[in-house]
Amino acid sequence: MLALIPLFPLLGFLTNASLGRRLPKTVSGAVASAVMVASFAVSVMTVLDLAGSPPDARAIEQVVYTWIASGDFVLDVTLRVDPLAAVMILIVSGIGALIHIYSTAYMQEEPDGEYARYFSYLNLFAAFMLVLVLGANFLVLFVGWEGVGLCSYLLIGFWFKKKSAADAGKKAFVVNRIGDYAFILGVLFLFVQFGTLDFQRLAGMAAALPPEEGVFGALSLATLLLFVGATGKSAQIPLYVWLPDAMEGPTPVSALIHAATMVTAGVYMIGRNAVLFSHAPETMTIVAVVGALTALMAATIGLVQNDIKRVLAYSTVSQLGLMFLAMGVGAFGAGIFHLYTHAFFKALLFLGSGAVIHALHGEQDIRNMGGLKRDLPVTYWTFLVGALAIAGVPLLSGFFSKDEILYETFREGHTVLWLVAAVTSLLTATYMFRLVFLTFHGEGPNPAPSHPAPSHPAPSHLAPSHLAPSHLAPSDAPSHPRTVAPSHLHDAPPAMALVLVVLAVGSAVAGYIGMPHGLGGDNQLAAWLAPSFEPPAGARPAEAEAGPEGALELTLMGVSSAIAVGGILLASYFWLRRRELGAALARRYAGVYALLLNKYYVDEVYDAAVVHPIQRGSERGLWRGFDVSVVDGAVNGVGAIVAEGSAILRRLQTGSVRAYASSVLIGVVVILGYYLWR
Amino acid sequence: MMESFTAVVPMLCVTVAALAVMGAEAFRARGENLPVGGLGIVGLVGAAAASVLLWDRNAVSFGVIKADNFGLFVTMVLLLVGVLTIMLSAPVVGRDGLPKGDYYALVLFSIVGMIMMATANDLLVVFIALEILSIAVYVLTGIRRDDPQAAEAAFKYFLLGAFSSAFFLYGIAFTYGLSGSTRLDRVGAYLAAQSLSDDPLILIALGLLLVGFAFKISAVPFHMWTPDAYEGAPAIVTGFMSTGVKAAAFAAFARVFLSAFEPFSGDWAPVVWLLAAATMVLGTFVGVAQSNLKRMLAYSSIAHGGYLLVGLVAANEVGKAAILFYLLAYAVTNLAAFGVIALLGAREAANDELRDYAGLWHTRPALAALMTVCMLSLGGLPPTAGFIGKWYIFSAAVGAGYYGLAIIGVLTSVVSVFFYLRVVVMMYMADGPAATSAPVETPRVALAALAAAVAVIFYLGVLPARILDLAVASVATIF
Repeated sequence: MLALIPLFPLLGFLTNASLGRRLPKTVSGAVASAVMVASFAVSVMTVLDLAGSPPDARAIEQVVYTWIASGDFVLDVTLRVDPLAAVMILIVSGIGALIHIYSTAYMQEEPDGEYARYFSYLNLFAAFMLVLVLGANFLVLFVGWEGVGLCSYLLIGFWFKKKSAADAGKKAFVVNRIGDYAFILGVLFLFVQFGTLDFQRLAGMAAALPPEEGVFGALSLATLLLFVGATGKSAQIPLYVWLPDAMEGPTPVSALIHAATMVTAGVYMIGRNAVLFSHAPETMTIVAVVGALTALMAATIGLVQNDIKRVLAYSTVSQLGLMFLAMGVGAFGAGIFHLYTHAFFKALLFLGSGAVIHALHGEQDIRNMGGLKRDLPVTYWTFLVGALAIAGVPLLSGFFSKDEILYETFREGHTVLWLVAAVTSLLTATYMFRLVFLTFHGEGPNPAPSHPAPSHPAPSHLAPSHLAPSHLAPSDAPSHPRTVAPSHLHDAPPAMALVLVVLAVGSAVAGYIGMPHGLGGDNQLAAWLAPSFEPPAGARPAEAEAGPEGALELTLMGVSSAIAVGGILLASYFWLRRRELGAALARRYAGVYALLLNKYYVDEVYDAAVVHPIQRGSERGLWRGFDVSVVDGAVNGVGAIVAEGSAILRRLQTGSVRAYASSVLIGVVVILGYYLWR
Repeated sequence: MMESFTAVVPMLCVTVAALAVMGAEAFRARGENLPVGGLGIVGLVGAAAASVLLWDRNAVSFGVIKADNFGLFVTMVLLLVGVLTIMLSAPVVGRDGLPKGDYYALVLFSIVGMIMMATANDLLVVFIALEILSIAVYVLTGIRRDDPQAAEAAFKYFLLGAFSSAFFLYGIAFTYGLSGSTRLDRVGAYLAAQSLSDDPLILIALGLLLVGFAFKISAVPFHMWTPDAYEGAPAIVTGFMSTGVKAAAFAAFARVFLSAFEPFSGDWAPVVWLLAAATMVLGTFVGVAQSNLKRMLAYSSIAHGGYLLVGLVAANEVGKAAILFYLLAYAVTNLAAFGVIALLGAREAANDELRDYAGLWHTRPALAALMTVCMLSLGGLPPTAGFIGKWYIFSAAVGAGYYGLAIIGVLTSVVSVFFYLRVVVMMYMADGPAATSAPVETPRVALAALAAAVAVIFYLGVLPARILDLAVASVATIF
């Protein structure tokens, strides 16, 4: 039964991959969407089944078969649904299905073969993502982890004819490999420590250990390696740089993969191993600090970006930072709650931006937009709901989840981190409404603001530099300059509009499942998730949940509400009422502005410090250096015997054969020398 | 009397087939087209049947050929390599105008040498097997007689091979001088008695044998011949020798060092550790810088030799079984990858530059898909054979306490995905001529071979338990 959940999208992939070129668009799109709906239906049935059992026994397991058996190490391909996985499969298959439906309209202009290729990747992605969240041990999770990465690169570079898209795919790949390296080492390390890779057994064993307080022990190292893996997949400092560039992919892909699902894999993985992480307080601190810093840094960058998708991309990085902050302070439930609400409103915002881009035939620069409210009412109103939700305006979903993170952070005594998160929230509301006002309000295209000499990101291998104002190449859909007069713009076609409305409703009400005690709710989501973050029954520490501190909670809630509203007012002041002020401010603080516009120059620093040396090292150092010239050079020294002594070799005069033979000789001399003179 | 022949029956089957191919070629009427490839496959299948019947019987012939399960497992891998090679060669031989009879006979003879090497229980027989297979492979490398690059490659390979054979023979001579025998069991008994001695002659023998094997499996720094030979040879021959020769040499390497020289593992393990690390690192990082697919895969196969060495260093039960599993996974995958390259080539142009693969998905979707699977498997991505193989190798290393090797291994395999995926990206996400000069209709036989290989890759990746059990059982009985 569980296996059906990933199996449906896999079937869709196989259909579109093998027959896609011969199928008409309607069929390939319908097949791809239908399998996702089927997968969602099975997921719902599974979760209902799960909800029927008592809280302690909420786990359904399916051993598909024995995968690896070596000696006493047996590894099964096991799928397991517990409350945490239940939330995830609903998000992945549900939001996934919506985005497939949206894509049927959005990708309409692609030729038949490309259309099917797109949907086959998308289905394959969904299958791997479902394997990732359903896997009951690290190796099955890893199958999904690598698989979603692969699909992500393929989809980022989907419009490969554009160099920036191909570069972005490459960058995502390279950065993620670094994370994966740490992740695999972490998994191997855990395997050495515990002899198992099953999540439940790991949790049980870790629960029996004392927390590694004040020491940096084995568990801290293993969890830290896992976290580095998570920073790659979930775009946190220092490996976040690939996500903003990933926006080169088609917009529904940004919505599904780079906002709502795949990037949450790191957060999910920490939640899945909550017991391990909470026994490594050192790692937890690092997780929290990295999360908070990422949240703040990405929010400041988001404040000045001019590409509609880039603002959303940095917003994703920032929101993921908040989730990691929650994980790091031990509020696993709050982190997953935010993951869940974020999936709704971020998918909505991306799809809304897609509708804008679609209507404007590829325009993505918000300075060339404005006044779209009139022509795109559905897009506008749904986008507004999403923006209000992410800003944390009371009674919408984002408010509840973000507030819970802030509250838990404060309650755990991390006042500084709370302050960082609060500032981030303020910035979030501001940049989101800057986006709303510049895109939808005002009168047509905004007057081009004079830029205080924005230094263009230097062209480099890894930094697609399409942000330079002189080069406003829209990086989405078949691109033309905006030629259609605003009054002839078309709002989202039915398939897209429907999805936007559904997601808007979700963004508005999804939070009520986690309504806090302070507001008279009973936070069902937290209660539902709780068993997933505790060791398996029996080893559970008898720690009574501290009673809700009503007054504190309400106060903080008031503060958050004020922050959200304040941020929006700030944005309306600068970008709605006194637009010239923004430009003036940018001129006044030209240095800061340029720093933010260029994303703190992190890409450039990475390029100079890491990428170029590696490329040079690999090309010149190892190949030309060692394999070609060092050995050739050595001929003149050590290999003189060969050069002098072998008449055949000399007559050949290829030089390289001599070099090769002397390499063998050097090897022999070194090995025998080692044996004789050690 | 008959009893003493049982262990060599697989070899005899292949030899008879090879002789039949030669005979058929000799008496062929001019212009007549004989199905000699099919003849070869009959011989290989016969040998496979014989190997299955010999399973678990530990047959020994003449005291020097030992068809134990370890040898038989490798024999089966070699026979599979042989069948796939012949099937993939069918369209290539005709297209490139290779001398058909010579070609198939040489392939079959080298397989005989490989099987002999995998089952030899005597150092001299290992040497004879090494020469049988090497000479056949030298000729195969240069079988395109009108191609100067192939001739150069064959000559380099031959010269360096002869050079390293001399070291190997010298090592055998030392071993014989010390122990008075070349039989592995007697050498082993002698060495076990000497395990505490510090006799430099033993170490010299050990070192020289190590060099001989290291050359054949192209471990760094004895790998120099590999890229040139692999690039110069016809793609399908490269596929054949990068898998068959490596598997046979590795089987003999493992057998000699894990049985006879096992008492001195404290002396060879550190050296092999170093060879493994250097091989993985150099093979991977130099591979990244290549733009010719054959040369890239040449470095990749060097790196894969490094992973196999990791299993040898670990030398625990998992490690030994991992070597066998990895050999199978690697052989099938690499051969299939070279098969695709061979099919895309043409007589006048090899079409083996990376940019020749741009947009292959549009012109040859089936080949592109098959190649993708091979690349993912070579890169060790789940759920393919390569992933299980790597996982097994690395967990063996970790289990034996070789954390350093495991860390280097994971690092290099993570980096290696970079160049494997580059091929995939080229095929699916670039526009280009995509080897248009080749016929767009892929020959059925070759396609069947590739499909079978990909089925094996997925079988080993998704349901590896059976083969793993076989591998574990194979190593358990002998070492």
